[in-house]
Amino acid sequence: MEMDLDFPIRTMSKGTLFDKVWDLHTVGTLPSGQTQLFIGLHLIHEVTSPQAFAMLRDRGLKVLFPERTVATVDHIVPTTNQARPFVDDLAEEMMQELEKNCAEHHIRFYNIGSGQQGIVHVIAPELGLTQPGMTVACGDSHTSTHGAFGAIAFGIGTSQVRDVLASQTLALAKLKVRRIEVNGSLKPGVYAKDVILHIIRTLGVKGGVGYAYEYAGTTFEQMSMEERMTVCNMSIEGGARCGYVNPDQVTYDYLKGREFAPKGEEWEKAIAWWESIRSDVDAEYDDIVVFDAADIPPTVTWGITPGQGVAINEPIPTPESLKEEDRQIAAEAYAYMGLQPGQLLQGTPIDVCFIGSCTNGRLSDLREAAKVAKGRRVAAGVKAFVVPGSERVKREAEAEGLDQIFIAAGFEWREPGCSMCLAMNPDKLEGRQISASASNRNFKGRQGSATGRTLLMSPAMVAAAAVTGHVTDVREFMN
Amino acid sequence: MVSEVKQVSGRGIPLVGDDIDTDRIIPARYLRCVTFDGLGAHVFADDRDHLQGQHAFDQPQFQGAEILVVNRNFGCGSSREHAPQAIAKWGIKALIGESFAEIFFGNCVAMGIPCVTAVAETIRQLQEKIASNPQAVVTLDLEQQEVRCNDFVAPVKMKDGPRHMFISGTWDACGQLVSHAEQIRATAAKLPYVSWSSTR
Repeated sequence: MEMDLDFPIRTMSKGTLFDKVWDLHTVGTLPSGQTQLFIGLHLIHEVTSPQAFAMLRDRGLKVLFPERTVATVDHIVPTTNQARPFVDDLAEEMMQELEKNCAEHHIRFYNIGSGQQGIVHVIAPELGLTQPGMTVACGDSHTSTHGAFGAIAFGIGTSQVRDVLASQTLALAKLKVRRIEVNGSLKPGVYAKDVILHIIRTLGVKGGVGYAYEYAGTTFEQMSMEERMTVCNMSIEGGARCGYVNPDQVTYDYLKGREFAPKGEEWEKAIAWWESIRSDVDAEYDDIVVFDAADIPPTVTWGITPGQGVAINEPIPTPESLKEEDRQIAAEAYAYMGLQPGQLLQGTPIDVCFIGSCTNGRLSDLREAAKVAKGRRVAAGVKAFVVPGSERVKREAEAEGLDQIFIAAGFEWREPGCSMCLAMNPDKLEGRQISASASNRNFKGRQGSATGRTLLMSPAMVAAAAVTGHVTDVREFMN
Repeated sequence: MVSEVKQVSGRGIPLVGDDIDTDRIIPARYLRCVTFDGLGAHVFADDRDHLQGQHAFDQPQFQGAEILVVNRNFGCGSSREHAPQAIAKWGIKALIGESFAEIFFGNCVAMGIPCVTAVAETIRQLQEKIASNPQAVVTLDLEQQEVRCNDFVAPVKMKDGPRHMFISGTWDACGQLVSHAEQIRATAAKLPYVSWSSTR
């Protein structure tokens, strides 16, 4: 299937949440035919914003709605010693630049030690900043996470960060909408992470280009907000710039009482509005794909794209079993990973186990991993560490004693940050080390070593790998 | 500041491979910076180290090339504009590929770097022609929607919207966006959540 790689201007969807939110936020149509879209919530961090502020200065522009931008620091922060100045001069310089830019432009900034710092896609939902019906943009591709609330949320580049700062709008072409329906209950040992890895494996890493993904069906309806965030988070790994779940009582229960959630009379009005922007029962979609939850296995990636996944008890595919167009990247993956076609991943020795990231660094993720770790010991020679997604997650996990379970089992318990998901900080693989990782990307070199290897899986399965020392079916730990 | 991009001519450079992600284009450790200056030196850093001089970006015959010819799903992964910035700072002014990831494509538009698509066979032929004759001038013509290299001519595609932005010199949308401040405020005023006391 060849996808349209340019702006897909003509769309067919009608009556979906995406259509309604898009229309409500449309400022006008630009000469190019693109929409000028208002952005309700703009999130910034230290990596993709400094150049944007420099561009503003160069052009003599101001931040138009400073109250609609919120900042934190996550990518570069060390997860051990967070004392300032940071040991890494470059990281310290980025930190100071963000502090300076936020002060100068009166932007709310959740710094280390504020009690609210953390990965940007963890803290905005925690604070109640992310709400249904909003448009959300951030210079980070995992901004799709916020779609879990029924927001239209997408990653942008630095020039677009500049555009949002200067105008609170973006020039965008409307996306098509694909409804991805999953129905039924997940089997034991199958988590939200497995659902999204399975979807990406099936639809391909570029299957979503040009689309917004609407995740619908009883499986998503039964999921908690944190599980929905895991699914929406990885939409971009399937090529879809944004993915969302229609808001419902689960969404409202999560939001109620949070710092930036509407209160009192406004709360009642909010619920009525949020209900009105849900996709209509007779909404029209550009495409519909249906899965049965019972068919989804615990899934692990074996290659160098998030689409190269297999069921835990399924052999690594042979070239012949793959579509012609997937064989070149598969050949590259066998060579890079040092794995053979037809081999079982189960039993592969692991060097490093990482639990954290904007995909799986929330409280419920740590709880699932702790259930496996409890009363067991990290295998000899394995380095295992847990990085809470935010200061709040860390606090709440410690209040439940999860830190003690992990520490007793031989895991390191760290400070919040992006950590080894992308290794812009001291947390890195070394040489050809292989990691079992609860993060989102297994690209070549992603975790900080040019020859390092990553196997993506659910946090519970990472914990299982940590205690056995090799890739393990987490269901063996369930009775 | 904004200029028209109707045609890009220069020597080509082929980079064969599907799903080349932005972590490979510019590894995350090089994102520890507050400007885009200097990124050109590190483009494809790990891939180049691994190939020890045999990566296209290191091969002498492709030095000074300005048109990059790639395969499927180029630029997938992270939204980092550092990726197209690194490619541009190395000297690339346009890309031709089978397909591009969406955020990468959008970043390139905002930078004035056209990314056009062509069918797999065209890409294969173009990559071969450039490899066998690196001095040949490749011309990407956005108005005619074709690529030319000596006697080789083939159609390329870009949707009318972004193509118009390049041709008319309006690919940098910032000025247009800012000029609509009044309409922006009017749109914001109609959104229920903008006036809620808790979200201000």
